[in-house]
Order: sequence, then structure tokens, then C-alpha cells
Amino acid sequence: MSKPIWIARDPAMCSGCRRCELICSMEHEGWMWPDASRIRVFMPFPGIEVPHLCAQCMDYPCIAGCPTKALSKDPNTGAVLVDRAKCISCGACIRACPGSVPYMHPGDNKATICDLCGGSPKCVEVCAEAGYNCLTLVNEPPNVHRKIYSRNPYDTAKDLAVKLFGEKGEEVIE
Amino acid sequence: MSANRTGVPGGYAGKWLDIDLTKDKIETVTFPYGILEQYFGGRGIAAKILWDRVGEKWSELDSLAPENPFIVATGPMTGIYPGARICVSGKSPANNGVIGSTAATETAVELKNAGYDGIIFTGKSETPVYLLITDNGVELVDAKHLWGLDSEETVIKLNKEVRDTLAKKMPRVGLWKEPATMYIGPAGENLVRNSAVCTKICHACGYGGYGALMGSKNLKAIAVKSRGKFPQVDAPETVKVLWRKVHADLIAVSPMRRWGTGAMGYGAGFGTSSEPIRNWQEEWHDEKQLGVNRYMDKYWVKVKWADFNCTTNCMKVSCIKNGKWKGDITDVPDYELQAYCGTNFGIYDAGDNIHLSTLMDKLGHSGINGANTVGLAAELYQRGILTEEDIGFKLEWGDVDAFDKLTRMMAYREGIGDILAEGSYRAAIKIAEMKGLPKKDVLKYVVHVKGIEIGAHGTRSDMDYTHDMTYAASVQGGDHTANVIDGYNDMSGNLYFDSAVYCSFTARGPSVALQFDFAKAVTGFPINITSWRKVNGPRITTLQKAFLLMGGPDLTWEPIKDDDNPPRYYEPLPSGPWKGKTTDKERVDLKIQAYFETLGWDARGIPKKETLERLDLGFLEKHMAKYR
Ligand code: SF4
Ligand code: SF4
Repeated sequence: MSKPIWIARDPAMCSGCRRCELICSMEHEGWMWPDASRIRVFMPFPGIEVPHLCAQCMDYPCIAGCPTKALSKDPNTGAVLVDRAKCISCGACIRACPGSVPYMHPGDNKATICDLCGGSPKCVEVCAEAGYNCLTLVNEPPNVHRKIYSRNPYDTAKDLAVKLFGEKGEEVIE
Repeated sequence: MSANRTGVPGGYAGKWLDIDLTKDKIETVTFPYGILEQYFGGRGIAAKILWDRVGEKWSELDSLAPENPFIVATGPMTGIYPGARICVSGKSPANNGVIGSTAATETAVELKNAGYDGIIFTGKSETPVYLLITDNGVELVDAKHLWGLDSEETVIKLNKEVRDTLAKKMPRVGLWKEPATMYIGPAGENLVRNSAVCTKICHACGYGGYGALMGSKNLKAIAVKSRGKFPQVDAPETVKVLWRKVHADLIAVSPMRRWGTGAMGYGAGFGTSSEPIRNWQEEWHDEKQLGVNRYMDKYWVKVKWADFNCTTNCMKVSCIKNGKWKGDITDVPDYELQAYCGTNFGIYDAGDNIHLSTLMDKLGHSGINGANTVGLAAELYQRGILTEEDIGFKLEWGDVDAFDKLTRMMAYREGIGDILAEGSYRAAIKIAEMKGLPKKDVLKYVVHVKGIEIGAHGTRSDMDYTHDMTYAASVQGGDHTANVIDGYNDMSGNLYFDSAVYCSFTARGPSVALQFDFAKAVTGFPINITSWRKVNGPRITTLQKAFLLMGGPDLTWEPIKDDDNPPRYYEPLPSGPWKGKTTDKERVDLKIQAYFETLGWDARGIPKKETLERLDLGFLEKHMAKYR
């Protein structure tokens, strides 16, 4: 069995380069397609960039919430796998996810979630290559904290804005 | 030229939006394969569109009239090659020529992925509007509630508003990202002639005064959110490999990544003696307060900030968290604004400099061009040409509050601000008239070339990248991003980046050959550095030159006489290691002649008949013949 992996993330370190989106879509879609990337970087205010991706909650509410059993857990990596033939685009997984991470693919309109690239995530590779280290790969068993990283990116952005801009940060995202 | 090829070349979305704001009509247009190959995108295609739409009537067209097209253009490389930018153009409200003015923004990426290579706006909306482009369609939206808002407020409001609209219209796809936006601030709304088209609170298409052009059309903003993918390219697998390779080269350029251009506020002053100080009266200083570490240690809250698909990350986010300017947020400031909103005002405090840079961006001024005008006013005050009575207060060098006030007055056209809002050149003429002085007595303090205020790189020490004829010969005048270094640079330098539309800083590191291989793999055009230098570059430059010669109606530039530096650039440097040195006028004249010759222009800089024919610019002959 391969070692458990997780993508640790620190939005304060994100440069906003979007190379993670580009490499992810090249890997999964064959071409540059930011809005079909499994990691999506939100920028509700310039300078406040928040990479948004699945956190692999221990209890997988998305899998539990799917009425057609289209979602399953990759036994090796812990990633959520989507059976596109079974997905009926109902949006139950989006609603079940604490961070509204899944989204409907702009091409086939099926639920789309990070698959951890089967064990060696490309986004982490390019982020590290550029020295940003916003995304880092860790080998550690699942823990309860992962789920709290599944959070609406606008809420994360509001906190980050206060961290970077002080009081002013409270005003920059509506 | 790959003769007879049709269809859409690689890297292009394939169509443009053609919007008549008077008639509220939204259509699309396409350009033939051959035209795209000849003009590429951005600055090149914009010039061609202007010729097709205005052409013969150029000299009579008022730059602020509804008929003047406002053009927003991407290029085939935009977003795919690292460092996404957008290019805006039109008949310049600043100098009646054509400037390709660029800024880094996700708007370029969203636009392309929405299926459009660019937008042509003509006419004038009756009331303020913004253009909203989504996968659901294109519409003009009422912007009365946004009119008057500054950059920050506009971004905050638009982000929320468009997000809500999208969530309502397409609720089932999940969380929507924010839209990408470009907009004008109060300066553009009030037709400040050198105002900017702004984006991302602190990025600006600054040269050319296209903020005023947007303002004249009652167009407050453009907001785009698409979920589309990048256009197909000619050789996708090659592009993927080259993309990784270019990034590896960019990542290796370490000082740029660490400091951006922020190290130059001290470096250009102390090191190369080429920084504007008190309206260019000096170019040398040893003020360590402007050292990059002063910004980094106290104000930078994000040290690596990048625009779309960029690893040069020359941007750094600055924020003032307490004191008088609490709440100011901007980028580095980059060197240009460290200089123009710092040393140029006699200001050396990093915090004050951040404040004035933020203010320029908030109001929608161009932090270079607008600040040049404010600096000019301060020198006129120093010399007693403008008085306390004219201005309403004392305007002493280094007085941050006074510069703050005047910057606001210029954006709202209050008091003397109404005159300054005409840009440095026109303002000087108006002030001369007001004071009953000969024009030249005021114009001698204006640091511009052909109505475009000069960027923050002097020529007198000859130590910076800008030299004797850099600005004098350029078809974009004082634009420091469109400089001419020798007969070839113009054709291979920024003109290329501005037409392919990517950042000149993501061009630093990767070799020229690599960049042209990239272009070939994207477009499928048989393009290389030689074809660009010999054909495409001269074609676009020559077309821009024709527009400059035609000029009008209120300002026209004379051949030779106006192909020159401002008087200040011939005064000896008064201080520093290059004290006494100045720009060599003889060399300027010689090099300009060589430059004209290289381009196939005559001794007065008028394009020759055979040149026009060779460059497929035969349509210009009738008009250029008049100037020979
Ligand atoms: S690659 Fe890293 S730094 Fe770049 S956008 Fe993604 S998370 Fe941010
Ligand atoms: S973050 Fe969302 S998508 Fe990922 S496991 Fe948790 S609930 Fe599922």
C-alpha cells in the first residue's frame, strides 16, 4: 500500500500564478482550461488568492450525499473518485461539501473533484518548482483537521484579507 | 506569408465583439487569416482596425468624439505564453496618435476563453454602462451606481455584483469565481487626457490616455467571466513542453522575482543616475529611505505576487496598516511609481510614496503620466509661473499633503486641476496663455515626447537602458515600454510583446529563439525573429507613424522638429557621478536618420512609397505622399 498523502495549503503563500490550474487542466483535460481545473484559485480581491480544492474529509459527506453512488474513495490515496457515467449532475455533492468544493464541469456538466493525480499531484509540483510552496505534499494519516480546510473560499479570503491588510481587510470583500 | 490559408490560426478565439454604444448594438466581426498573420494581435491589429474604421478621416477625428474606436485586444500568445496582458488602443486623447497600451489582467484570459480575441467599442452610451461578458451572453449593464467610484470600490462592487448575477443565472454549476474586470476611475470619467484604463486595483494601461476615451463613451467597466478553455493551438504538445521550459527560465531570474522593479527607486537614482527628481531637474540621489528593503521590511505583505500564468512575480503587495495612510494597498510600488510618485515630487519616504501611488491608482490616473503633470505644476510653482493663488495652496517639493490635494483636483478637474487634466503638453500651453507667456517658456519644463510624458528612465547619464534616441524616435513618444534603442530594437522589442500580447518581463530569461518557437507552435505562422524584424515589426511601426503624421485636429506633430527629446534632456546633469553629462544632440540626429533609413522612411521620417508597397501598406501612399 502506498503512503497516505494530503495537499497541505497556505493561501497566504499563493502568488496567484494559476500554474496549478493550468497544469491540472493540461493533465486532466489535455489543454489549458482554468475553469475545468480540479484546483481553482479564487481572487475576490487583488492580492488575496485562495486555492480551492478537495480536502479529503475523513467522513466524506459528498460520497454519503450522492444519490447515485457516483462518488467513491480511492483506496490508495483517499481521493474522491467520480464515476461520470453515474453522475446525474444533481449537485447533491456540492451541497453536502462544507466548502462547496465540487463543481459541474464546463464541458460534460458532471461533478468534478480533485483525484490527487493518482498519488503525485501536478499542482504541488509546479507550485514547489516556482518556490511558492503554497501547496505542499505531506505523508500523514487522515485526521479531523482536513475537513475544516473544506471551506468556502470567500470566507477564507475574508480572513486572509485581515491577516494581510489589517482592519482594512474587513472592507475589501463583499 | 502562408498564402491562401483560411480559417482561424492557432491561439486565436476567432472573433471580436463589435459594439456600438450609441445604438446599444452588440455584434461580432472576424478577421481573415492573412490579416492576423500580418498584424498578429494587440498593438498591431488595433492599428489596422483603426485604419479600417477611421482611415482618411483621421486628422478630423476628435479623440474624444463618439466615432473614435476604443479597442481592447488580446493576442495569439495571451494567457498561453506566461504573463497574460491586455492591450488597449484608439486615437490617443493624449497625442492624437496610436498607442498600444498594455496591463496585466485576467480580463485578457477570460475574454479569450469566452471566445473573443478583442472588443471594438464605438459610439457613446447615453448613461454610464459596463459591458458584461459571460457564457450566457454579452450585455451592456447600467453602471450609474458605479460612476464616481474609485478603483478599489469599483473592484469590490463589481466582484460581488457579477458573482451574484452568475449564481442566480447559472446556480447549478457550483461556486462561481470572481469576474475579471477593467475599469476607469474618476480621472477617466472626467476625461483627464492622460488617465488610465485600470485593472486589479493597481495595474494600468497608462500610456495614451485611454481612460479618457472610455470615459467619453460613458463606459465605466468591462467585466468578464467565462468557463471556456483556451483556444486551440497549432502544435499543442510542443506548446506544453515549451510552456514548462519558459517557466523554468523565468524561475531562474532571481533578483526580479525577489524585488520586482522595486529595487530601482534607489538603484536608478544612485546607481545609474536616471531617475526623475523634482520634474527631472536632477536624476541622481543617495536616499536610502527609498531602498527596497525599507518597503519590504515595513510594508510588503506578499513578497511574491504574480499575474496570470507568471512566475516572474515582479509584483509585491504593499499595505500600510497604521498611521496617516492606514488602509492604503498597492503593489511594490514598482519603480515607475517609486520614481514618479516619489523622487519626482521630492518625496523619499516609502510610506508617503506608497500613499501617492495608491491615490493615483484609486483615482484612475496613470501613475507615470498624471504624476508627470503634477510634477510639472510643482516646477512651475517653484519658478513662480504658477502661484499660490493659482493653485490654492503652497506646492513645495516633498509636501505629501499638497501633492495629494493636487492629484485629487486633477481627477475632478477642480480649480487649476481642470487645466492639468489636459496632460502635461496641453496644460503647459494653456498655462502660457493664461500667464501671457510665450509657449516655449512653459513648454521647456514639459518632459514629454510627442505629447506622451516620458517614463522614469532618463537618457543623460546614458547608463540606463534608455539612450539618446530611445524616446525621440519612438512612435509611442515618451512610453518607456516602447523604446527604440537602435534600428532594430523597435521591431523585435516591446512591439512584439505588445502585439503577441504578453509581458515584457516574462520575456526576460527565455531566449528569443525559444519565444519565437513558442509563437510558431501556437499560431502555425512561419514566424521568426527575422521575419518579425524585417516585415511585421516595420509594418506596424510604419502604420503607427502614419497616424502620428496625420495627427489632428487640435495637435499635430511636425516631422524632425518633434522627433526630438524635450529641452530638459539636453541640460547638463547638475549632480551625481555623471554631473555635467547630457544627451548628445548630434548623436540623436544621426541615430534617428539611421533608424529612418532602416525602416525605409525618408530623411524626414516619412515612409517611402516602395516601403509602403513592400509592407502591404499601399493604402497609406495617397496620404503619405502629402507629407513628402
Ligand atoms: S501554483 Fe501555487 S502559487 Fe501558483 S496559483 Fe497555484 S497555489 Fe498559488
Ligand atoms: S472537501 Fe468536499 S469534496 Fe472533498 S471529501 Fe470533503 S466533502 Fe468531499
